[in-house]
Amino acid sequence: MGAVSVIELDHVTKIYPLKAGDVVALDDVTLRIDRGEFIAIMGPSGSGKSTLLNQIGCLDVPTRGDLLISGKNIRKMIDQELTTLRLATIGFIFQKFNLIPVLTAFENVEYPYLMKNRREDITGRVRNLLLSVGIDNAMAQHRPPELSGGQQQRVSIARALVNDPAILLCDEPTGNLDSKTGDQIMELLVELHRQGRTIITVTHDARVSRFADRIISLTDGRVS
Amino acid sequence: MAKDIILRLSIRSVRLHLLRSILAALGIVIGVVAIASMGMMGANMTLSVTDQLSDMANILVVREYTGGGMRMITTGGGGAQAIFSGSGSSDDQDWVTDKQFKDIQRIAAQYGTIYAVYSQSDRIEVGSLGGRTTIYGLDTAVIPEIFTLQEGAFPKSTNQVMVGPMLAERFGLTLGTRIDIGNPDEGTTTVRVSGILEERGMSMDMNTDSAIIGSQKLYTGIYGGEGEYTQVNIVLDDIDNADQAITDLKDELNKKGDVITVQDSSRMMESITSTLSTLTGFVMSIAGISLLVAAVSIFNVMMMSVTERIREIGILRSIGTQKGEVRRMFLYEAGILGLVGAGIGAAASLTLGYLVVLAMVGTTSYFFTPQSLIYVPFAMAVGIGICVASGVYPAWKASNLDPIEALRAE
Repeated sequence: MGAVSVIELDHVTKIYPLKAGDVVALDDVTLRIDRGEFIAIMGPSGSGKSTLLNQIGCLDVPTRGDLLISGKNIRKMIDQELTTLRLATIGFIFQKFNLIPVLTAFENVEYPYLMKNRREDITGRVRNLLLSVGIDNAMAQHRPPELSGGQQQRVSIARALVNDPAILLCDEPTGNLDSKTGDQIMELLVELHRQGRTIITVTHDARVSRFADRIISLTDGRVS
Repeated sequence: MAKDIILRLSIRSVRLHLLRSILAALGIVIGVVAIASMGMMGANMTLSVTDQLSDMANILVVREYTGGGMRMITTGGGGAQAIFSGSGSSDDQDWVTDKQFKDIQRIAAQYGTIYAVYSQSDRIEVGSLGGRTTIYGLDTAVIPEIFTLQEGAFPKSTNQVMVGPMLAERFGLTLGTRIDIGNPDEGTTTVRVSGILEERGMSMDMNTDSAIIGSQKLYTGIYGGEGEYTQVNIVLDDIDNADQAITDLKDELNKKGDVITVQDSSRMMESITSTLSTLTGFVMSIAGISLLVAAVSIFNVMMMSVTERIREIGILRSIGTQKGEVRRMFLYEAGILGLVGAGIGAAASLTLGYLVVLAMVGTTSYFFTPQSLIYVPFAMAVGIGICVASGVYPAWKASNLDPIEALRAE
């Protein structure tokens, strides 16, 4: 049986119109990512890595070309549809963790669950996910500023997984962590990959890219 | 703990900036107190006046038409009685004749009790005390029907009179006290107090609280003018018949020109309460300006909240929060400020409003009536409404932020 694609870019171009002139952030990019792949997107600053990640993450839509996420073309989707797709299909892991500071670790993980399911978690999924990434019940009652960088990133991973997304998007997931903690986070991501999760990470770090099945290099908005 | 996570976020955000939130809500507190207190003051004033006037609201007063000019005669007790005079009178008389009285009885008997009233302002002396007051002369058969006694009995003979409670207090009158009516130089008539009336309050037909009320025989014995009545009063059985009674009287008696005028007490009361309502509305509008100032403060706080939380909004949007939910979060925040401010304002307005009513109206008898207390929820609703309205633009702005740009914010 052939591999099933979860992401397909067909001649995707993204142009940002500016007063000084149009900026072409992605230029005619065509690629396909299959279910269960671990992809590292690499390239110098300004090469279009973040733009590509934002497109795949449904935070933005292409100017030209088609982008299919789990078979759905996002180019003509309205904001509400993109948000719903994001909630159900994509899990984000950010370099700066991006947890909600006024919510506890538990509530941060619970938040997307409540947004999607419109009811409280009675299955214990949130608690189990936190435990699986090494956050115990006591720690889960702390707010993000009271946690270390590594602990925050673990909470962030649990939050990304809570709605069982098809795709995990990581933007420099170890960028704000020391090497030891970074390695622990990477071990977690590798374990998730082993479980069949599709992981796409933007990174400058060669140590991160060595875990990837495939590396996509971008230069000036083009796949090189 | 709130089950709605969006509401939870709003509550936490308000708590996080507690001092700023309290200061913003303080404006709402002041606005709600001002509106509720002014409204309650107006309602209490209206209720107080209405209560005092309602006893005579069903009375029509018929007087001789004298052209519409009005002069005020101060009665002995300090009250004022309006009577009409002027150049328009056809025969220069300013009294209702006995024939007219009989006509009025014939025309309006179906509508209620009709009685003629003589009245005159005159000097009185009680021992060493002297002063002026109004002397009323009424049919002794009618007197028990229209007056209530505080103590004593209704006049049984010509030299017995009843006095109003204010006059009794002013001159120290008790049952049996002698009163000399008239100017000592021109001869006086001595009468004896047989009864003291209950307080009647403000009235358009007769001001008996500071007056002497005796029989028609006593009055005409002192002043003459038998059959020349100052006025004829009609106590309506049903206030809804007022218009019909007036029409009937005017149609017949004013057929050949203006002969009589009819004053409708209920109209007067409506006019007074309407004026008071207008004044209350005006004062409340002035008080409402403080809420507008509060609205600017809330708007400012909400805009600051949006600016400070741009990154948070970006995170929320990136993890699947819809625009509408972001809007709801900020509207909740504004609503919480409004609810807290309006709640404290309502509690404070019950205390301050009570004091304002006591100081301005002189009585708090009507304070806990629905007509008065309705201004508390009304002011709360206005306060909360203004708060939420102040949050609409900031909420709209927050929800329309580009998630990518918002995530880049520091």
